[in-house]
Amino acid sequence: MDIQFTEEQELLRSSVQRLLRDQYDFDARRKIVASEEGFGRKQWAEFAELGLLAAPFSEAAGGLGGGPLSTMIVMQEFGRHLVVEPFVETVVVAGGLIEHAGSEVQKQAFIGDIIAGSKLWALAWTERGSRFDLATVTTTARRDGNDYVLTGEKTAVLAAPWADYLIVSARTSGHRHDRGGVSLFVVDRRAANLDLQSFKTIDGRRAAEISLRGVRGELLGKEGEGVAALEACRNRAIGALCAEAVGAIGELNDATLDYSKTRKQFGVTIGSFQVLQHRMVDMFIAHQEALSLMQHLSLSLRDDDAGVSRLASGAKSKIGYAGKFVADQAVQLHGGMGMTDELNVGHYFKRISSINIQFGDPAYHVLRYAQLDAA
Amino acid sequence: MELALSPEDAAFRDEVRAFIKDNYPAEMRVANPETDLSKEQMLLWHRILHNKGWIAPLWPREYGGPGWSITRRFIFEQETTRAGTMPPLAFSVTMVGPVIYSFGNAAQKAKFLPRILSGEDWWCQGYSEPGSGSDLATVRTKAVRDGDHYIVNGHKTWTTLAQHADWIFCLVRTDPAAKPQSGISFLLIDMKSPGVTVRPIITIDGSHEVNDVFLENVRVPAENLIGEENKGWTYAKFLLGNERTSMAGIGRSTRYLNRLKKIVKAEIPEDDPAHLEFIRDIARVELDVLALEATELRVVAQMARGIDPGPAASLFKIRGTEIFQNITELTHRAIGNDGLAIREHPVSANHFMPGPDYGHTASEKYLNSRKLSIYGGSNEIQRNIIAKAVLGL
Repeated sequence: MDIQFTEEQELLRSSVQRLLRDQYDFDARRKIVASEEGFGRKQWAEFAELGLLAAPFSEAAGGLGGGPLSTMIVMQEFGRHLVVEPFVETVVVAGGLIEHAGSEVQKQAFIGDIIAGSKLWALAWTERGSRFDLATVTTTARRDGNDYVLTGEKTAVLAAPWADYLIVSARTSGHRHDRGGVSLFVVDRRAANLDLQSFKTIDGRRAAEISLRGVRGELLGKEGEGVAALEACRNRAIGALCAEAVGAIGELNDATLDYSKTRKQFGVTIGSFQVLQHRMVDMFIAHQEALSLMQHLSLSLRDDDAGVSRLASGAKSKIGYAGKFVADQAVQLHGGMGMTDELNVGHYFKRISSINIQFGDPAYHVLRYAQLDAA
Repeated sequence: MELALSPEDAAFRDEVRAFIKDNYPAEMRVANPETDLSKEQMLLWHRILHNKGWIAPLWPREYGGPGWSITRRFIFEQETTRAGTMPPLAFSVTMVGPVIYSFGNAAQKAKFLPRILSGEDWWCQGYSEPGSGSDLATVRTKAVRDGDHYIVNGHKTWTTLAQHADWIFCLVRTDPAAKPQSGISFLLIDMKSPGVTVRPIITIDGSHEVNDVFLENVRVPAENLIGEENKGWTYAKFLLGNERTSMAGIGRSTRYLNRLKKIVKAEIPEDDPAHLEFIRDIARVELDVLALEATELRVVAQMARGIDPGPAASLFKIRGTEIFQNITELTHRAIGNDGLAIREHPVSANHFMPGPDYGHTASEKYLNSRKLSIYGGSNEIQRNIIAKAVLGL
């Protein structure tokens, strides 16, 4: 099983590669991360210009119809360059939710602005105590005329400080852990009674704790069916994050291999030591397996296979552990240099660590993989 | 697990415990002492121990040590680490001090030892260079004799807390023609000398612990040479032996494990399947700690009977660092989504951090602890040492 990419897909890959090579080397990224906002509006506009923000959307929604495979191609390259801009949050997560769960009016209202690059989005689903469970929601939504009024606290909302809109999960009925009764809402990030406390993340991005004290929100999808929509959304997000991780793993392996061929100790290159050779072989194998699972998952997402949720959890776990192993060893083999902020290796390490928390860690997903089999 | 103690040693343990409780400075109890304290704050405990006469457990009484038995030294180490006190600067007390009293001359002992004990001089270690990490014997920093001085040129790196240092002890090459190990000397350099420049290295956790130290035509009085010229490698190896004995870190690991248990209890409800998984993972690490602690106690008991521990230090370094890395990983995992956040350096109360206090340093500890398997002789090098010295391979 190996994907034979179409000419169109190869073109997408090479255009992303060219853009990032010209505008997103490690120094450029460092400047973007250190800037006041912490991400590049200019870069985002370039992504829109190139059609990357349109790539996964269906043609009916105004996109290029590239689906999960185009997401995979883009994210793999983003992983190689440690791109910090909120592509996953805006296009894959929010865009996907709007496209799959939103009304025609909402699609019209929101997707065009996402594709044009004029609006940024974030998803607020985690709460203190929810850990990685999509159904554990205590934030409430009360109907008020055509709208709803939301009250509660959301935690660790990635990209929220950058976002114009949030999609917020809130309970319209049921108890804290109930699967039913959770609904999704579109909320203006600058709405009255919404407070944001921003913080920096380990991978050089921004996130926020969000407090909602009677914030007006617009229902997205059917009332009470938010968890199912979030599950499908998480599958797509996992597809994107796995591709990003594979990109990062590939870069780490290339960098480590190069270093082992040039770094000399005891009169020889360190790559001549068998213990390090075997380590790098294991890193190579980890990359190969991760790459294969990534492709397998992307095809399954494209075809909307029945077993896609189980596969998504399996891939998130397996690629998560692979990433952790490769990142640990890449730092170890680079020695002190791997510990420095100056070298890119540590930054890949941190991005992989962050991916391994987003939408559930590898331990959570291996268990979910097992449980979905039993079901 | 405890050593079987005589009544006298048990009384000593109680005395140490009480002394720490009554005297450890409250202002040193910050979130992350290694990165959050100023130089003056770090020295508070040093000075208290100095006044008590307990600053240098390893040193013989004639140089200002307390004259403790091996057992008492171990008790002291155990009690201070269990209580989470910040150890006095190792580069001064544990590393260069013993080199000076073992190989230095009378003038050097008189000049340097009292100032190490009092905390007046802060030392850093000029060993590693960009081209000499694991292979330390290839150091290229050159010292050329010029009358009663050496002229030193070179670049030292990974120099811990050099930003605070008054002195640096350096491995320098004095005989470029000799075999690598034979042309090295051990030289003490005043950090205030013209030509010494310190450049910060920021690590992946955002902190500033290590530095580059550049030496450009630094004039060093020849009287600062330790022992004989070109014998520096012998002294360096002696020192590295001291560095590695304390790396089991049982006290620290035990403390962090207890903390991890509290975090898991608070973060993960018992009906969450992740709870059981954490309980099991924690138990595994606890057994790792127990086994290493038992090994350490066995070695201490042997040392008390006069048996040379040999390369046991390498075993302690390997397992101690692997265990601590494992604990910091589990802690980072336990706090779930809060693990995405990291404190900004320099640390200030103005920066918002999400979640309960116990998680605020989890990310940086997790990142910072990756260094443990690299520094002080990488774990690969330690395994080579055991392979060669113990297994005869």
